[in-house]
Amino acid sequence: MPPPIRVLVAKPGLDGHDRGAKVIARALRDAGMEVIYTGLRQTPEMIVNAALQEDVQVIGLSILSGAHNAIVPRVMDLLRERDMLDVKVIVGGIVPDDDAAALKRQGVAAVFQPGASLDAIVEFIRGSVYRA
Amino acid sequence: MDMAVAEKQYTTISGVPIEPLYGPERLPDLAAPAPGEFPYTRGIHETMYRGRLWTMRQFSGFATPEETNRRYHYLLQQGQTGLSVAFDLPTLMGYDADHGLAEGEVGKCGASISSLEDMEILFGGIPLGEVTVSMTINSPAAVLWAMYLAVAEQQGVDWKAVSGTLQNDILKEYIAQKEYIFPPRPSMRLVTDTIEFGARHTPRFNPISISGYHIREAGSTAVQELAFTLRDGMEYVEWALERGMHVDEFAPRLSFFFNAHSDFFEEIAKYRAARKLWAYAMRDRFGAKEERSLKLRFHSQTAGCSLTWQQPYNNVVRTAIQALAAVLGGTQSLHTNSLDEAYALPSEQAVTIALRTQQILGYESGVANTPDPLGGSYFVERLTRDMEEAAGDYFRRIDEMGGMIAAIEKGFPQGEIANASYVYQRAVEAKEKLVVGVNAFQSEDQPIELLQIDQTAETHQVKKLAALRARRDNGRVRKTLDALRRTAEGTENTMPFILDAVRAYATLGEICDAFRGVFGSYQETAHI
Repeated sequence: MPPPIRVLVAKPGLDGHDRGAKVIARALRDAGMEVIYTGLRQTPEMIVNAALQEDVQVIGLSILSGAHNAIVPRVMDLLRERDMLDVKVIVGGIVPDDDAAALKRQGVAAVFQPGASLDAIVEFIRGSVYRA
Repeated sequence: MDMAVAEKQYTTISGVPIEPLYGPERLPDLAAPAPGEFPYTRGIHETMYRGRLWTMRQFSGFATPEETNRRYHYLLQQGQTGLSVAFDLPTLMGYDADHGLAEGEVGKCGASISSLEDMEILFGGIPLGEVTVSMTINSPAAVLWAMYLAVAEQQGVDWKAVSGTLQNDILKEYIAQKEYIFPPRPSMRLVTDTIEFGARHTPRFNPISISGYHIREAGSTAVQELAFTLRDGMEYVEWALERGMHVDEFAPRLSFFFNAHSDFFEEIAKYRAARKLWAYAMRDRFGAKEERSLKLRFHSQTAGCSLTWQQPYNNVVRTAIQALAAVLGGTQSLHTNSLDEAYALPSEQAVTIALRTQQILGYESGVANTPDPLGGSYFVERLTRDMEEAAGDYFRRIDEMGGMIAAIEKGFPQGEIANASYVYQRAVEAKEKLVVGVNAFQSEDQPIELLQIDQTAETHQVKKLAALRARRDNGRVRKTLDALRRTAEGTENTMPFILDAVRAYATLGEICDAFRGVFGSYQETAHI
């Protein structure tokens, strides 16, 4: 048995809609992962610091405010600066297709849009962590 | 085959079991009092929509106040009968457009308002003595309301004639939407200040819209939405009574806001139960005498969370069904969501279809011809009573905890909602609940045209703010903010002092910072 996957679920920006983040956090925990939920209004710096301290393999960013183009690249830059690009970043929320493609070009492993299934997210995380 | 039929469980979208058939059993008093009669289960007016249709009030706001003002003029030309302002996240959180935390968020989820100047632009050419305006703002509600009243003043409109609604429901922020700034008790003091100020100066304005909408969107069941909202309402009443007001002074101006979700009959039962529960609570718990104090008036909005990213045109149909439930449930005003809700703020075309949906219901369908047409239906009456009982259980549990603030501090409503939303998501995952286009009947989607909000809104707002800060009398700003700080430290009503600061063009962020200095900021303990 490999050790459980460690995931940081984070809510960046001013957006307070935490229904999705909480549902995902529980689903990942029920799938046997160790989940740390940051709570609301985290800056990119706080998120990357938490990822470092908690030694996670995956960061899940939940954004429903449309601020993803401002926030996600800053998280990626900080990970790059701190040599943490082995941490997989996945984004969930209201992210239009064009933006999702742009975020992936910047190193985001996956973007899950509304209606994505919990099982698909669990499987994606398992696949990307165990493959690495 | 028959076995399969017998064993299949039918439940509402909230998970309430539905029996194979409903009849008159356990419905001893099926003939409820008529509409307009206590406890108003069948409606608050004798004639309901025969007197006047509901107000068609589309919630809108995006980018700069200039652009939102143009949308308002468009909506009024299209026959919309009231305005409803959406503010962006920095405004909702009490930050100016040039604050570091506002970066990337300005104008994205609503209009950006940092000062009285922005409010003047937002309502340019709109006569505030004639159009009713609803404002979805909570933690900094008192400040935005002061800006609104200052614009009315500039237009020469008597405050006594100003009519509209301030959302100003902070309790559901801690419970569900999470756009709070200050801790619960100072926040409740600000809310009570607005209720008191409104009772004295703006008799036609609803200082609060006690909201279940966001509780439901956060994943609650229909019963939880009903129970937590009404219990929040009782908490506001208790605070106003403690302030020394008489219940009939302010109760007629308390208003409500409910979700119109997909489970048709469950929603109708929810509205009927809400009116009845509130009427009893006001009469028996708080001793209200005036009839207007007993009548629960509500706005409703169709369920944003029910709309799908997949096959977005189906959302027009979902919205129509939900809007019909709100109308059959006796709503006083209604917002219908646009088909692109799961993607972005609505395009002009999408919002027009949403408004037309209401007009078709109001003018073509005939459903507005008689009040409470489903009254007396065995099914609807039973659902109404079951809903009432279940809400009563929640009231008792929250009372035992010491009231809603104590319950919030324990994480009780938050936990109930998180559990319900997880159970629902699991049911969708297991295909026990089907969502057309998402976990059933999938097909390839055609892309739709979306409203784009680029960075120019942010640049524009930041520039305007810099010019304002340079132009205004900064000595007067400092003086009014100092006076506000001293009032916040004491117990006097803050509204007159907020108005002074706003008239001096102190910004939203500056005023909220003054409060933050006195009240502190709130951080919730996050549980999963």
